[in-house]
Amino acid sequence: MTNPAPAPIVALTDKEPPREPRSQWRDVWSQFSKHKGALLGAGFLIFITLAVLLGPYVWTLDPQKLDIRNKDLRPIYTALWDSGAKVAIGHPLGTDNLGRDGLANLIAGGRASMAVGWAAMLLSLFIGTAVGVISGYFKKIDGPLMRLTDLFLSLPILPLLLVAVTLFRQPLRANFGPEGGMFILIVTVIGVTSWMPTARIVRGDVLALKEREFILAARSIGTTPFKIIQRHLLPNVLSPIMVSATLGLATAIITESALSFLGVGFPSDFPTWGKMLADAVPRMNDFPERVLLPGIMISLTVLGVNYLGDGLRDALDPRIRGR
Amino acid sequence: MKMKTLLLGAAASFALAPAAMAERGSDGNVNIIYWQAPSIMNPFLSGGTKDIEAASLVIEPLGRYDPTGALVPFLAAEIPTVENGGVSEDLTTITWKIKEGLKWSDGTDFTAEDVKFTGDYCMNPEGGCAQLAKFTGVQSIDVIDPLTVKVTFGAPTPNPYGPFMGGQSPILQKAQFENCTGAAASSCTDQNFAPIGTGPFVVTDFRPNDVISLEANPHYRDPAKPAFATVNFKGGGDANAAGRAVLETGEYDYAWNLQLAPDVLAQMSEGGKGVPVAAFGTLVERIEMNMTDPSPDLPEGERATVAHPHPFLSDFNVRKALSMAIDRELLVEVGYGQAGRATCNLVPAPELYASETNTDCLVQDIEGAKALLEESGWTDSDGDGIRDKDGVKLSLLYQTSTNAVRQDFQALIKDWWSQIGVETELRNVDASVFFGGDAGSPDTFQKFYADVEMYANNFDGTDPQSYLSMYRCGNEPKPSSQWQGENINRFCNEEYDALLDELAMTGELDKRGEIAKKLNDIITKDTMTIVPLVDRGRVSAHSNSLGGVALNTWDSELWNIADWHRID
Amino acid sequence: MLTYAIRRLVLSVPTLLFISFAIFMLLQLAPGDPMAQVPLTVPPEVKEKMRQALGLGEAPLVQYWKWLVQMFWIEPQVLWDNWFGTSFSEGKLRVISWQTRSPVMDIVIQRIPQTLWVVGLSYIVGVLIALPIGIYSAYRQYSLFDQSGTFITMIGFSIPPFFTGPLLIVIFSVQLGWFPSIYDTTLVVDSWAAFKVQLQQMIMPVMVLALQTTAQLSRYMRASMLDNLNQDYVRTARAKGLSEAVVVMVHVLRNSMIPVVTVIALGVPAIFGGAIITENVFKVNGIGQLLITALFANDLPMVMTLTFIFAFLIVLFNLIADILYGVLDPRIRYD
Repeated sequence: MTNPAPAPIVALTDKEPPREPRSQWRDVWSQFSKHKGALLGAGFLIFITLAVLLGPYVWTLDPQKLDIRNKDLRPIYTALWDSGAKVAIGHPLGTDNLGRDGLANLIAGGRASMAVGWAAMLLSLFIGTAVGVISGYFKKIDGPLMRLTDLFLSLPILPLLLVAVTLFRQPLRANFGPEGGMFILIVTVIGVTSWMPTARIVRGDVLALKEREFILAARSIGTTPFKIIQRHLLPNVLSPIMVSATLGLATAIITESALSFLGVGFPSDFPTWGKMLADAVPRMNDFPERVLLPGIMISLTVLGVNYLGDGLRDALDPRIRGR
Repeated sequence: MKMKTLLLGAAASFALAPAAMAERGSDGNVNIIYWQAPSIMNPFLSGGTKDIEAASLVIEPLGRYDPTGALVPFLAAEIPTVENGGVSEDLTTITWKIKEGLKWSDGTDFTAEDVKFTGDYCMNPEGGCAQLAKFTGVQSIDVIDPLTVKVTFGAPTPNPYGPFMGGQSPILQKAQFENCTGAAASSCTDQNFAPIGTGPFVVTDFRPNDVISLEANPHYRDPAKPAFATVNFKGGGDANAAGRAVLETGEYDYAWNLQLAPDVLAQMSEGGKGVPVAAFGTLVERIEMNMTDPSPDLPEGERATVAHPHPFLSDFNVRKALSMAIDRELLVEVGYGQAGRATCNLVPAPELYASETNTDCLVQDIEGAKALLEESGWTDSDGDGIRDKDGVKLSLLYQTSTNAVRQDFQALIKDWWSQIGVETELRNVDASVFFGGDAGSPDTFQKFYADVEMYANNFDGTDPQSYLSMYRCGNEPKPSSQWQGENINRFCNEEYDALLDELAMTGELDKRGEIAKKLNDIITKDTMTIVPLVDRGRVSAHSNSLGGVALNTWDSELWNIADWHRID
Repeated sequence: MLTYAIRRLVLSVPTLLFISFAIFMLLQLAPGDPMAQVPLTVPPEVKEKMRQALGLGEAPLVQYWKWLVQMFWIEPQVLWDNWFGTSFSEGKLRVISWQTRSPVMDIVIQRIPQTLWVVGLSYIVGVLIALPIGIYSAYRQYSLFDQSGTFITMIGFSIPPFFTGPLLIVIFSVQLGWFPSIYDTTLVVDSWAAFKVQLQQMIMPVMVLALQTTAQLSRYMRASMLDNLNQDYVRTARAKGLSEAVVVMVHVLRNSMIPVVTVIALGVPAIFGGAIITENVFKVNGIGQLLITALFANDLPMVMTLTFIFAFLIVLFNLIADILYGVLDPRIRYD
């Protein structure tokens, strides 16, 4: 016996063909572009990245070129209020106590600082998130992983770096050159010693999230743990990760400067913002620009990342995005 | 510069000091800041300058060096010499007479037994005494009577003023340290923190690596001294902060060893609360050339050993050209100002031993250096700006310890060397690693896994014999000696070694001076093994209201603190 | 919960032992020499003898074993003796610092007051400022308060204390002369006047350190609040007519505190670790200064003991943080 198919209910039929669904990333972008701070932050970051990358081609002065006769020049803007200041058009941001050009150093220092900051931050973010999510989600390895975190939290960074330098500097120097080798070493050490707070925080969030109904639902329809982590957990722990990223960038730049300050960082003829700042502190009274310029650059970069992070978080959170 | 006039002012106030003397303890408190904090008051267990200087407030030697390097008696009645019969004709014994009526700060009598005990304490094989070198060659120490002690050496010793002379070997009280000899030395915390002494002050509270509180010694030999009732001796921070506390805020009265760039120091002294003072000793900042090949391609154990001579630094002309390219006057101006003098000598002082004819290096000669390299076949054959010869490039690794001034020097010298076609890679190493003797680390100055390195060194007292003997052939750091050794350059010269033997046998001062100068010239201008840069003085600062300071580089800076007083 | 806590406590013993061994091996591997600060005028043979006297010639495992015995057997005895006047530890060798040749624990105890005064207080001040700022900036997201708060905290975080410290000294000690630039650790607070002096000398280091804490914590607080303010339960709470204060301060705050508590708890061991740079700039000479001088002097017993104490505190406070999770969020189940 066959029943004839019931007639379609008029109210439930589509009156017109469905619109092309908006892609998720279009939504993300439209939300992101509404966030002025985020746009500004992203714009500034792009600008500073381009500036440090292309700067040396525009401002061709060698940052290491010593010009002892033109030492201790002030930036040209000081001439506005102090007509007696020693300034020169050739050195718009002045020179240091050995006559090295301020602008060229700022660009070269930015290259190093940005590279170290981003690389170390991404490394620590990657390790931290991975350890945090895994130990929060899989109860079996939670204990060992968290004890490993305790171990890393208690390792003193200075001896660790000295050990790393002793063991790995020569092979890295042979393969990547003196500066490249040191770069890899420093980025790794900063990354390896700064992922623990991120891991702890992410784990805490995951512990709470995985008891929520939507995870239970996902699990009940047979979603694999990997998919659950990817689709449901990671997007929900994005905001603490973003905060860690912002703080991590600043910490990495500053840790690098402290290391250079202690003599285990880059060679002395390799400027970074943090090191320029540290070196200039004793002359803060007479040459405030030498501390202020790198200091402002670090702050602005960190602020830029922070706003970008805020915007990204809002844009990626489906609950906020709709509104 | 402004500092020079200020220095004269300080000297004048010192000259007036005795007139201003008052009774003991009448001037209240004096604040001293050392940016390296003292960790122990027993110089025999530490050897660190900060500890020796702090201890000099409390314990004293028999005699000290004064700011001119002359010997002055402290606990001894006079300085023994051959003329007054104190030193035997054959130079094997020295007999010290002690002042009468000396008392320890606990009220007991100071006797020759204490002196003998101090010698035995340091020479105990298990004690790990830091000043053992002061007692080199000592055969026995004998008490003749309670106020006379005789030191006998195993061989003729032209300079018998090692034991009990200078801040490094002060006298400890036998009664206090009797149970602290040998292995027990380090368990005597109370004794090491608050030794009983004969000096002007007594420790009331010792906080290691932080602060020491002291008060005037009631049994000090001069009833009118010290003028200060208490001393607050703070440690920690950095030279910058210490200078600021004396020169700018006036919180402290005396700051030790202000290693600051000259412009920073000049700016600070505009604060007007105090004055910097400078004096010169024997400390010389130098570049040392590695005579052996430090190439990482060589197997461990052969790298930087005499088995492989250096590929290009073994050429005298290269070393000479490197030296000629350096403008030492400019280095002084940038790094040390009034506290430095350009020098070509390894032994810059005292006058008797300083080779004053060795001044050729003082003038920079870039063109001459280029010509010299050109002559000896080092040409830029492949046009990359770096000279080469037979496939060997003039490419150097230049290492030093981490220190703002040294990094400035590195930058300047790298620049000059690039002008004569020598490529330089810079490296700076944390000082605790660089100067440490860890045989496992590739970065120590002894191991010298670099082509050239820069640091400063000096000698204790006024006699350079042991200092010059460091460069004896065979005394180089090598794997078989766990990389211990003082001949850092791996220098080897028969004439030099023969002169050293001659020096050890010579007692007559003028003759000694002559030999020392010859030795100095061989290792500097004749072979350019050591390239001296700057004769580094010591800069300290005191407040305007502190009188009596006489900066001394031959002994502890606090050698005459009993004479310090308040001026209005 | 209780069984979980007990299990964690028991587990922490082998963890700590393993950590102490890892730190020990790290320090052994690190280059450096306790004789590095002895002047070059002291000949190498003498330095070698001094090393022998410090016990450096022994095999690393023997040294580690000695340290273990001294730390876990003799030091508790000393503590016991101090409390009850007994003499169990008579004549036994304690953990001795290589720099000062005196027991490490005595120096640590001497240093704790100033570290707690300065670093501890700055942490409390920082937390007290950061939480309200974080809560309010999240509640009024993108308001003027939020924007300026973000700006100031970010600048505060990205400028290192080796710059802010000397800057404050130049302004307040050199130019204005209000506060001393050097901390007096011998000051005994026994009167109103002494307390005022103590306040004056504490204010600058506390400000510098609190700035860092505030910047960091307020960021986490704000982010966590933002996450929760948009949740469904908040709408429900508002819908059933709860006052705004109750919604924010009770419902949202409690849920938002979970990640923040971790950050706060993780920061507590760092208080005892002192603040290396700030302590150095203001010459506070607390635990941080002790650690850095010991590191530079390669005083291994001191470094070892201090890092072990930090490790102990870190393990302890991580445990506390985990238990607090369970208390704050009943959904978290450890068993």
